[in-house]
Amino acid sequence: MAELLELTVDGVQLATTLADPGRTLLRVLRDDLGRTGTKEGCDDSECGACMVLVDGRPVNSCSYLALQAAGRSIRTVEGLAGSNGELAPLQRAFLEGGGIQCGFCTPGMLMSATALLEADADPSEEAIRDALAGNLCRCTGYQPIIRAVQRAAAELRGEPTAASRPTSAV
Amino acid sequence: VTARFAAPTTLDAAVSLLLADPAARAVAGGTDLVVAARQGRRPLPESIVAINRIMELSTTQTREDGSLVVGALTSHALLAAAPEGARGWTALADAAAIVGSPATRATGTLGGNLMNASPAAETTAPLVAFDAMARLVGPDGRRRDVPVGALASAPGRTVAEPAELLTEVAIPAVGASTGSAYIRLEFRRAMEIAIVGAAALVVLSSREPDASIVSARIALTAVAPTIVRARTAEDAVAGQRTDPDVFRAAGAAAARDAKPIDDLRASADYRRAMLEVVVGRALAVAALRARGASVAIPASRWVAGGGL
Repeated sequence: MAELLELTVDGVQLATTLADPGRTLLRVLRDDLGRTGTKEGCDDSECGACMVLVDGRPVNSCSYLALQAAGRSIRTVEGLAGSNGELAPLQRAFLEGGGIQCGFCTPGMLMSATALLEADADPSEEAIRDALAGNLCRCTGYQPIIRAVQRAAAELRGEPTAASRPTSAV
Repeated sequence: VTARFAAPTTLDAAVSLLLADPAARAVAGGTDLVVAARQGRRPLPESIVAINRIMELSTTQTREDGSLVVGALTSHALLAAAPEGARGWTALADAAAIVGSPATRATGTLGGNLMNASPAAETTAPLVAFDAMARLVGPDGRRRDVPVGALASAPGRTVAEPAELLTEVAIPAVGASTGSAYIRLEFRRAMEIAIVGAAALVVLSSREPDASIVSARIALTAVAPTIVRARTAEDAVAGQRTDPDVFRAAGAAAARDAKPIDDLRASADYRRAMLEVVVGRALAVAALRARGASVAIPASRWVAGGGL
């Protein structure tokens, strides 16, 4: 039996019809709604590339039934930048600090980090590692990602960051 | 292939749906269900009754007798954030805090973890050590209370009838000088499944340094078809001093309560050997907490970081 699914994705109310009620949120986002910013990695909840926020909480969309998201607010990497295209502090910190190489894990990393920074404005390095523990990256070795989250957190707290601080003469 | 989907908002409606449709299965967070389908372990149910919108299953309350009643839909993330003053029940927070990843913990539920009936279920051993009771509600409001340790009958199987839902778990109050801990042997820090795990609840005679162990309850993860009590180990510590040698000896005794198997994560021999260590550590941390010492959640990480 086809099921109607209504949900909000990055602030936009959307509706789609599911012929298969067992369809996952990831498939609906990518295939039905054309929002391919969210990635399919392992399709097994191991890698975190498909991470989205459902009512603010991180969710592996590959392992979440789309119908369970009915009426809820979904946030994806596509909603992080401002309407004028200006990147969010986290995105900028990832780009400028080498937290991105191939980029495939990045949407998931950004969403897990977003959930963290909304819950904890000043996370310890340990807290950042814990928050990103469900996200795999095979390029960066993680260190630049951790630093990018620290830098974005500092910027969001209004502290001067490496980029905005005047460089001293050497 | 799933043909039917319902998302009831009341317990009565959910039970009626399960009763009316023999193919229907209740789904809470779905974190294991969907992955199991993809891995080919078992297909998605033909009919899904999503229970994650039943608010009456989400509440947690403390009863007058001091017991704690935890709704089946309580997420691991909530359990991991143990409230102040809940020191006696800290083992449950230790366990919930190491389930999967932050995403698993935000979506996965206590009820789902119990009813999934995995021999490696993280939250079951603490509840067994607490002597917690699970409430099953069926048609016409019929309810029965089952010890959490008797809920699973075999791997992936429970004693619940098809139209019965787990609604809540009642954890008895703990007295003074009581502490608990859950320790898991793990190869990595996220998306891990217990190689071996142990929960211990320790009651001391006092909080003084020379206190003895009045009693202990110990439950073991991933060393039998279901989560089991380690009664030999419990007997080994009763009346003893809180001494590392006593804990270690109890751990060695726990091997007699276990029936581990070889699988892709570890051999039976390795599990048996590690049981000694894991049970010993769970007892040691539980005793520390019983004395009032603050041991960070999850205890597994605190121990791995050199805490003991």
